Amino acid sequence: MSEELTQPQDQTTSTQATVTPPATTRSTRLLQGGFGRNVGLVVALVLLCLVGIITAGDTFATGANILTILRLAAVIGVVSIGMTFVITGGGIDLSVGAMVALASVWATTLATQQLAADYHWILMVSTALAVGAACGLVNGLLIAYGKVVPFIATLAMLAAARGLAEIISDRKTQIITVNSFVDFFGGSLIGVPVLVWIFLLVAAAGWVLLNRTTFGRRTFAVGGNAEAARLAGIRVQRHTVALYVLGGLCCGIAAVMLMARTTTGSSTHGGLYELDAIAAVVIGGTLLSGGRGTIVGTVIGVLIFTTLNNVFTLNNLSISAQSVAKGAIIVIAVLLQQRLAARATSQ
Amino acid sequence: MTDLLTMTGIVKEFPGVRALDGVDLDVRAGEVHCLLGQNGAGKSTLIRVLTGAHQPDAGTIRINGDEVLLNSPTAAIQRGIAAIYQELDLVPDLSVAENIFLGHEPARFGFSRRHEATVRAREILQGLGHGEIPVHRSVGSLPSAGQQVVSMARALSRDARLIVMDEPSAVLDPEEVANLFRVIRGLTTRGVAVVYISHRLEEIREIGDRVTVLKDGATVATGLDARETPTKELIRLMTGRSIEYIFPPRQEILSTAPVVLEVDDLTRPGEFAGIGFTVRAGEILGLAGLVGSGRSEVLETMYGARKAAAGSVKVNGVVLRPGRVQAAVKAGVGLAPEERKSQALLLDEAVFKNITVSSLQRFAGGGFLNARAELEAAAELAKALDVRPAGVDYPVRNLSGGNQQKVVLARWLLRDCRVLLLDEPTRGVDVGARSEIYALIRKLAANGVAIVLVSSEVEEVLGLADQVVVLREGRAVHIGPAQDIDEHQVLDLVMEGSAVS
Repeated sequence: MSEELTQPQDQTTSTQATVTPPATTRSTRLLQGGFGRNVGLVVALVLLCLVGIITAGDTFATGANILTILRLAAVIGVVSIGMTFVITGGGIDLSVGAMVALASVWATTLATQQLAADYHWILMVSTALAVGAACGLVNGLLIAYGKVVPFIATLAMLAAARGLAEIISDRKTQIITVNSFVDFFGGSLIGVPVLVWIFLLVAAAGWVLLNRTTFGRRTFAVGGNAEAARLAGIRVQRHTVALYVLGGLCCGIAAVMLMARTTTGSSTHGGLYELDAIAAVVIGGTLLSGGRGTIVGTVIGVLIFTTLNNVFTLNNLSISAQSVAKGAIIVIAVLLQQRLAARATSQ
Repeated sequence: MTDLLTMTGIVKEFPGVRALDGVDLDVRAGEVHCLLGQNGAGKSTLIRVLTGAHQPDAGTIRINGDEVLLNSPTAAIQRGIAAIYQELDLVPDLSVAENIFLGHEPARFGFSRRHEATVRAREILQGLGHGEIPVHRSVGSLPSAGQQVVSMARALSRDARLIVMDEPSAVLDPEEVANLFRVIRGLTTRGVAVVYISHRLEEIREIGDRVTVLKDGATVATGLDARETPTKELIRLMTGRSIEYIFPPRQEILSTAPVVLEVDDLTRPGEFAGIGFTVRAGEILGLAGLVGSGRSEVLETMYGARKAAAGSVKVNGVVLRPGRVQAAVKAGVGLAPEERKSQALLLDEAVFKNITVSSLQRFAGGGFLNARAELEAAAELAKALDVRPAGVDYPVRNLSGGNQQKVVLARWLLRDCRVLLLDEPTRGVDVGARSEIYALIRKLAANGVAIVLVSSEVEEVLGLADQVVVLREGRAVHIGPAQDIDEHQVLDLVMEGSAVS
């Protein structure tokens, strides 16, 4: 029918073209958009690397050290990708660390390991993924259909999942004896650790999902204005559940990666991951109130934090000093973000 | 008698809309001054200026002859101006006494004196003739009439000399209204002035002293006698328009045109009951009624955003599953909701994303979006509807109200919808752009869409619709062709108890 609609005939009454956005050049628009924010992040990361090179050049700028940074970034990075979806969709997930712990414990029980030894390590992986996704499903159902606010629902999951992990493991660290598992995930491919490959893969898939699919577009809509999304015919509740399942699934993947890195499953795994992930997502430029999110920003955010840790460690500075620096970075990043957002809306 | 309050030449502009265009108002101590006007006449804006929530762009406000600057709600309170809004601004979980003294709790050295607050709250409530309200009860547990009294007590605790009441009777039953009037009379004998806003003429007759009529953001009459001025005269003042909108000519609806939408006995207890009508392809049906008459609720129920308790909605003969937006959208129903910004638009997203959000499936292969097809389709529609500025990658936030509305319409056109529900399609749309929206709506109908239109502007309903349904308190009190009824008759039907032949 749209073809039949021509422009209104009486142009004399068309006096309303008063609000015209200022003509922005391509470069300023790029700077104000996601690209601009990412440029700021990249600059921050480069500065951090420069500090590393100056203060500990001989150890910092080595291939081995860079791979160490990436390996450390990989686990929290995957969690943060999932968190990016949840936050962009207008939610929050405090239970990610606990889900990682529970998935790692469940996937390394004697029974699971026995099965894995008899058949294939894929059983351990699928156990971890299933546990993560199931926890996410519970979160999502509680939030979307039970109308529990995300903060409380996932806080409850935080407590319950870690408690369950302690019960299952009897608070003991479970050593992984399935060598094929350790060999595969501990290994390298073309000189790059498998863990880093997984991170890259998850990040790439996350980017495509968020930016190139209907699922991603609906995530922005649901997070930006849930009521408008509902009235536009989007199944907001179902979509919310899917987002938390996705978050849980990422925790399952992270659990597998952590199991490989530490060769253990433990109820203490993933401690404070929720805070690290939220921090990375937020400094990356994802809006905590939902509706705006960037995978690239999240990845750089994770890299900034991991590099910071690395530089501090190489300079023999305490963990406490790292925490102070981390706090400062979060505040500065968010202050900058708000300025940018205010400028974008006041045009 | 000197005037307590004198407002002269108040002007307030919002982007694209001149909400107040030279309003004069004078209120005397001890009188009930009624403010009358249709929706959109500027009453609410005027009150927001008076209570310091908006700053006027021009004009002066004098209190007892002194020019004052009301640049914040606090400044207004200090001058003795208080307001009681339709949505009461109380904190439900605090007690009655705490609410009354919220923001100015009796205290010494920073410690609140709870006993004093209790005693004084009781005094004030007794002064209002409602000593029976327990001061320690939480406000949320009181009925709305009681909450209103608490709201008034709060105003009095601030030594208010002028209290604005915005449709205070809307939430009350007749007995409570009588009570309210008793309280108001008590206030006025103490010299407090009341600015009273209501759509119910018989209330104005009963409680009011003088009337000021607003129309299109300006005062058209002031100081009218509330009891003596004939109803006909008041309605004429409210409706006679200085701006003539151009409504496109109606088209003949062929009796052979298929019935697209059938609504039968639709009911939601407490909101509306027994609503039924049919709309043919190409026909526009208008729902007229006051705020609270159930018009938006009917629309949202048809759309499945609210679940009907009884009755059915059929599109092309197929019954829609109640309470399911999905079902309605799938059947080809689209809604342009009343609160465009909060209910329809993703303000920070680009125009094209707002257009395609309901039709993403069409551009998706295996879940992946075909960005180019999406952009092209959106751009084509934006051009057809003449959305300005041209170009579909601006954030919708930057568009004017009229252009935002076009974006919402484009969203449903893209879906080829067969039934379009329009709730206040020209709210926040400036005068020039309205005719354009009207032409667009008529054009959609000409293309075979069945349209249901809700508007608080009677003229809009009559000018645009083929059939008119008048709602009052959740009931359809009139159904008939738009040509057979005029604005005065509709207003009569809408405002109960004021019969004019």
